Amino acid sequence: MKLLELLGYYNYWVFAIALVIGLYAVISKTNLIKKLIGLSIFQSAVFLMYITMDKVEGGTAPIIKAGVEDQIYSNPLPQVLILTAIVVGVSTLALGLAIVVRVNERYGTIEESEILESD
Amino acid sequence: MDLIAHLPALQVIVPMLSAPIIVLLQPRGLAWAGATLAAVVSFAISIALAVAVLGGETQTYSMGGWAAPFGIALSVGGLSALVLLVVTGAAAIALLAARPSIDQQIELERQPMFYSAWLLGLAGLAGIVVSADAFNIFVFMEISSLASYVLIAGGPDRRALLAVFKYLIMGTIGATFYLIGVGLIYMMTGTLNLADMESRIGEVAQTRPVLVAAGFITIGLALKAAVFPLHVWLPNAYTQAPHMITVFLAACATKVSIYVLIRFDYMVFQPTMAEHDNQFALFLMPLALLGILVASAVAMFEGNIKRLLGTSSVAQIGYIMLGASFISLAGVEASVMHIFNHALAKGGLFLAVACIAFRYSDLRIQELGGVAKTMPFSCAALVLCGLSLIGVPGTAGFISKWLLITASLQSGPWGWVFVAVILVSSLMAVVYIWRIVESLYFGGSTNRDSVISEAPLQLLVITWIAALANLYFGFFPELPLALADNAADVLMGYGK
Repeated sequence: MKLLELLGYYNYWVFAIALVIGLYAVISKTNLIKKLIGLSIFQSAVFLMYITMDKVEGGTAPIIKAGVEDQIYSNPLPQVLILTAIVVGVSTLALGLAIVVRVNERYGTIEESEILESD
Repeated sequence: MDLIAHLPALQVIVPMLSAPIIVLLQPRGLAWAGATLAAVVSFAISIALAVAVLGGETQTYSMGGWAAPFGIALSVGGLSALVLLVVTGAAAIALLAARPSIDQQIELERQPMFYSAWLLGLAGLAGIVVSADAFNIFVFMEISSLASYVLIAGGPDRRALLAVFKYLIMGTIGATFYLIGVGLIYMMTGTLNLADMESRIGEVAQTRPVLVAAGFITIGLALKAAVFPLHVWLPNAYTQAPHMITVFLAACATKVSIYVLIRFDYMVFQPTMAEHDNQFALFLMPLALLGILVASAVAMFEGNIKRLLGTSSVAQIGYIMLGASFISLAGVEASVMHIFNHALAKGGLFLAVACIAFRYSDLRIQELGGVAKTMPFSCAALVLCGLSLIGVPGTAGFISKWLLITASLQSGPWGWVFVAVILVSSLMAVVYIWRIVESLYFGGSTNRDSVISEAPLQLLVITWIAALANLYFGFFPELPLALADNAADVLMGYGK
């Protein structure tokens, strides 16, 4: 019973583990690109959390059709929210990569330790 | 048609829609003029809003005509009106003065994009303040953050890129933490509207997701607000940003995050979660006190004038958090007043620094010896704003320090400890401001070039307006006081 309960939260386990892996990569990696990859994993984990919580068992896409009554629908709102958050994540990543490109142009490296030495 | 009713929406729409237009204004100077016009109009809107809510009522607006819990609501009360004044005022003042300094620091062909990013930053910050919807706040937070990353990366030094990269990583982690918290609350309450959240959260207040959400939201926003010890991104970002961007961001960017933190906590969590006020106080008060002491002490030893003032901002954020962590009417009022007064003092200081930086590119304090002989007016403005930062009577800074000390004394048997901390850190502020003044006025000036003259008139006049505002609000603090009073009433639940 206990095990089943834990397994029932499968998606949330993936969320928590991915979140921590991402955060760990952001903190521990010295390569700027790897830091951004970590940041991306970190953000994607949150997307998973939102997607998971909108799922209603037996629910389908929330499209109202004539003649179909008492159909269970999944909650569309978190999906809309996370679509927005994905856009935000993509723009943050794009801006981060653009900054890394500029760093590489000005410093000739994207290793944090080498950058700090050269200043 | 009643225009007042539409002001909360216009507050965001004016700068946001001006931004893409300004990209097209290529001819010299037009982009600046357009951006300044948009910022001044936003400032006028926020003054109108402040007047409209002065009596204590709240201006609400339903986007698209959808009623509140379903549609996205905007609402402006006393607290929001005051923070809006700070945000749009900082943008208008900084943009009015910006042209000579920006011309010097940003290439001409990149300027339209730069001003456009500035307006997007303004739209994002104003959007955070007017929004009454937790997710909408996240979106605006990211708009303003992305814009400010771009703005800071415009700094001429290559170290700006590293500072901005660090800020981007920390800022994104903070915003994502906030997003996790909002998601968890939505999971438990099914609403994103702050007022609706407050009424629904009661029955699930003691469940673990809500507790976790409170933690994530507090940490995420504290990271954005540079609350000690989550401030490490701030001094570098402020030092490396173009000078006028430092003026704008130092005056309002972190304040807006503090505003969200205070508003979220006081409106959603404290009325509904038992013991939450104690947890909030016990968590934030030590950080506030440490921040005040450590950051002031570090500022005494900083070499670069912008870095010094940036570090001092961390201490000032500590004052704001200290007031908020008393959970009392007087404490919240002091905290809200300090948001306003610190913006005046720090904005003025960075404007004066921008004047000096216009003629002297090396901003290390020992390199600025005797600058007052060539730039007497800029340096005098710097001294005046410095006095306000210290909290000398007669300046705006004194009002909020006084309120904070009064609130400390009322806060219980440990009040004298807080008063001692405030006094010690004010003395440290005297030391670090004096280090600047000593160098400017009495430093070795043997090799000063006599051809160097004052900063351009445009920059200087605006700097003096900001400096005199510090005096004005020191003698006539009625307007911010009334709004802060109103804000404290609403936050503590007496105004309903």
